[in-house]
Amino acid sequence: MWEELSGALLRWLHVLFGILWVGLLYYFNFVNAEAAKQANAAGEGAPISKYIMPRALFFFRWGAVGTWVVGAGLLSTIPGPNGLNGFLAAFGLQGNMAPIGIGAWLGTIMFINVWAIIWPNQQKILGMKPATDEEKAKSRRVAFLASRFNTMLSIPMVWFMVTGPHQSIYH
Amino acid sequence: MKNPLDSLWGTVISGIVLTVIFFYVAQWLVARASTGA
Repeated sequence: MWEELSGALLRWLHVLFGILWVGLLYYFNFVNAEAAKQANAAGEGAPISKYIMPRALFFFRWGAVGTWVVGAGLLSTIPGPNGLNGFLAAFGLQGNMAPIGIGAWLGTIMFINVWAIIWPNQQKILGMKPATDEEKAKSRRVAFLASRFNTMLSIPMVWFMVTGPHQSIYH
Repeated sequence: MKNPLDSLWGTVISGIVLTVIFFYVAQWLVARASTGA
């Protein structure tokens, strides 16, 4: 009973954090990128940079942490093949854990991308870190492509997250 | 060649193509484990 309940709670939290993270990722890519471009062209982009982006990026990057940590905990509760811990079996792409393992690897690459590329470049773009205009322009391009890269990876990542209960499609 | 990530449609289509590729990789990994190869 307790194992079932803790697994369900972790899955629930993982999905909630995932919605927060990927929901904001989709907001940045499907809504904000084009809206900010138009607002900047009209000379009205400052409120987006000052009020919306810092707040959205806060929930975005910590949503990524929550999703990854709870996901890792959830994997650890699943028994893997040959007595392996589920976390190790998934990241080792072992047996029936290979599909969720691919999803876990994609999510991990996305998570690293958020903290190592997107966030440091956004800090320069938003003036939280000193940067020349040339550096800002470069950061804008790098952050844009990294964000689009994560949007692309989110599509197979979500596939592997939701096909867990449909193992027969892999046989 | 234009970077597909510069457009939203290019990003979504690239994601779908990757999903198909990874699906076959996953199938291969599961089959390899079940045959003990």
